[in-house]
Amino acid sequence: MDEAIKTPLIRLAKRTKSGLSPAAVWLIRLGSILLALLLGCAVVALTGNNPIKAYGTMISGSMGSKVYFQQTVKKAIPLLGCALAIAPCFKMRFWNIGAEGQITAGALAATFVARTLSGKLPALPLLLCMAAAAILGGGLWGLIPGFFKARWNTNETLFTLMMNYIIIGVVAWLQAGPWEARQGRIAQFDAAAQLPRVAGIHCGWIIVLALVLFIHIYMRHTKQGYEIAVIGDSMRTAQYAGMNVGRIMMRTMFLSGAISGLVGFIIVSGANHTLAHDVAGGVGFTSITVAWLSQLNAFAMIAISLMLGILTKGADTLQTVMNIPAAISDIIIGLLLFCMLGCEFFINYKLIFRRRAGKGGAKS
Amino acid sequence: MEKNCYAIEFKGITKRFGPVVANDSVDLGLRRGEILALLGENGSGKTTLMNMLAGIYLPDEGSILAEGHPISIRSPKDSFAHGIGMIHQHYKLVDVFTAAENIVLGLENEKKLDMKKANARVREICQRYGFEIDPEKKVYDMSVSEKQTVEIVKVLYRGADILILDEPTAVLTPQETERLFSILRNMREDNKTIVIITHKLNEVMAISDEVAVLRKGKYIGTVKTSETNPQALTDMMVGRSVTLNIDRPLNENQAERLTVKDLSCFDHEHIKKLDKVSFTAMGGEILGVAGIAGSGQKELLEAIAGLCPVAEGSITYYPPEGGADELVGKTPMQIRKQGVSLAFIPEDRLGMGLVGSMGMTGNMMLRSWRRGRSPFVNRKEPQTLANRILRDLEVVTPDVEFPVRKLSGGNVQKVLVGREIASSPNVLMTAYAVRGLDINTSYTIYNLMTEQKMRGAAVIFVGEDLDVLLELCDRILVLCGGRVSGIVDARSATKEEIGLLMTSVGGKEEA
Repeated sequence: MDEAIKTPLIRLAKRTKSGLSPAAVWLIRLGSILLALLLGCAVVALTGNNPIKAYGTMISGSMGSKVYFQQTVKKAIPLLGCALAIAPCFKMRFWNIGAEGQITAGALAATFVARTLSGKLPALPLLLCMAAAAILGGGLWGLIPGFFKARWNTNETLFTLMMNYIIIGVVAWLQAGPWEARQGRIAQFDAAAQLPRVAGIHCGWIIVLALVLFIHIYMRHTKQGYEIAVIGDSMRTAQYAGMNVGRIMMRTMFLSGAISGLVGFIIVSGANHTLAHDVAGGVGFTSITVAWLSQLNAFAMIAISLMLGILTKGADTLQTVMNIPAAISDIIIGLLLFCMLGCEFFINYKLIFRRRAGKGGAKS
Repeated sequence: MEKNCYAIEFKGITKRFGPVVANDSVDLGLRRGEILALLGENGSGKTTLMNMLAGIYLPDEGSILAEGHPISIRSPKDSFAHGIGMIHQHYKLVDVFTAAENIVLGLENEKKLDMKKANARVREICQRYGFEIDPEKKVYDMSVSEKQTVEIVKVLYRGADILILDEPTAVLTPQETERLFSILRNMREDNKTIVIITHKLNEVMAISDEVAVLRKGKYIGTVKTSETNPQALTDMMVGRSVTLNIDRPLNENQAERLTVKDLSCFDHEHIKKLDKVSFTAMGGEILGVAGIAGSGQKELLEAIAGLCPVAEGSITYYPPEGGADELVGKTPMQIRKQGVSLAFIPEDRLGMGLVGSMGMTGNMMLRSWRRGRSPFVNRKEPQTLANRILRDLEVVTPDVEFPVRKLSGGNVQKVLVGREIASSPNVLMTAYAVRGLDINTSYTIYNLMTEQKMRGAAVIFVGEDLDVLLELCDRILVLCGGRVSGIVDARSATKEEIGLLMTSVGGKEEA
């Protein structure tokens, strides 16, 4: 009689079709952020510091004053721009992890124009030429893996990744060789080649906000956006519908690279005023997280990139004010991403415990 | 007394998948030395119920009894220990192993693997029940029916005396089915318990002792096969009276619409999939295409649609207005732009015919998205069309923007068929149009095909159920290994005739 059916202690079950109510979904997401911050507290406490004070410093250091907030926004601008750039690729299920290289290619092209045309053109035409060159440079750098994928079905993930190292190497060579000004650096841009400021921040923020609108409309309302969505769902369906999949892939990769290239232009012309091999500085990779966390929604990307901006700027302050290593902030960011991505699992699945059938969705 | 008769008994078994109740307190008994047919429409929970016996799922409620004692089956291993063996619809064999190697795979009780002994034992089992199989033949050299034999011998080798076969005849020709049935009868003589999951009524009548019917997860009842008939079983299965006849009017106005001549195709591994296929599809008729799965049906339709590269031959389309268009060498978009009105309902509905993540409107746009010069998509007309199809074909969906992937199989197919016939095609191609659909939806589809035929379209209907092909079509083309082994008149041909053509025996004799 002991052989009554025993079920395992915990089982997983997919949630119902309609799923949780939107309010509950957001509660879980909020809960995951809180959990991450709590875990972060533990990490800070382990270093012997007061976690509450540390968080306070991070917040005041990133948003406490106008200048701090401007610096935070400055960090968020390239993240947002680059997340917008890779959104079409990811929607197409073309895993472009080469935004880093495409930013660098755009920055390189813009720098080339700035160096050759400085002093020959007034500011506005010069900046427009630089932007156009950056779009072309980044676009071509994205088009190459797109072409190989369309033509010979190469693996785009590896290909785009490898392309990063090539272009970074090229810039490193220029930096230490032909373009070197002093001590392995490239000379600062002329004032004419620097993006003007609006509201205390270089006007790149206006450009990326315009891009938000553009990408939103492009993905939702244009024929090209429709083609991208169909290919992302099923390549066979796209062929069945008469779409030229290879051409669309190349076009989308050009667009993606072009926007990344524009971001590269914003970085060199707006923030750094010079070119260096680490110009992208990991933005191309972090923006993948931004794009993913916002589920490719252009407007959500604004919030997510701002959040990451606050965290990185806050961490810088943490280091200077409390002498806590900046690595701690990397840990907090890691925890945050882990919890935010992990909570999606609980949104889609529920846990069923033996006997007592309860919901295990909420985090504790 | 009665209780002791059951080898296995289900008591109040309930299984839920999220909100779906796949089995709703099912009570069912299996008797020793009997063949039980488990009958029900697609999605009625037959396979789920048996998977709980095979240790793949755990019941949420209820208990399973073996010889009157409650047992717990938590894994396939437990299932074997109780002498239960299930032959799944999709075979699980290692291609590069021989039959005997596959059969002994995963057995742990013997210290040393003795292939000679294993081969001998496999031969002994084969002899006992009448299987024809060479233990040393590699699986990749085997036909579908041989692979199935290996699966059955595998569970017998492990000492199973309760065998469950999930839709075993779906991939077999009529002759192979007959051979399988005689083996099952031998096993019954040997006092084994056999469950055969099926939805084909004639097979139920031919092989089973008892029939248990499931409907929408609920157990409806068990009847003795000798005391029932197909009509009564259908009524049990569907829950109300349905007529089982397909209306087949004759369209007198037939005209040559599509001529395929000496068509050959290779797949991406350079294996010949079509070998000099020639036929003519007439406007105003349904041309059935029969054949064992993978005989070139898919490639034939895709070649006509411009999706499969053609090695040689021609495909000529004759519009009703006169003239002729060659389709070989054109992309699907070129074919469409040329005004060839061709509709294609592919086998892989969500993977090829539809966009699963989009709603009905987005899927209607697959045909019209490129229209006009504007860079923006026009959603108005597709939306109107989606609403019309939703109404006309009674698609069950919350609204036209609800992702079609989340609809049931029948509704998915209605969306696809609705879109394809909305273009009033002159040629309509369908591959396995009723696979996985319930009886009602199947008949809706048959009627739509006949409607298209009477309108003058040339319908090419690739099917797997020979009974349906014989009732629905005007002519049937039989494919065997990429060749046309015969074209028969569906009104006079017999199932056996087509079965022979499917294995090329008939074709070879004539040639």
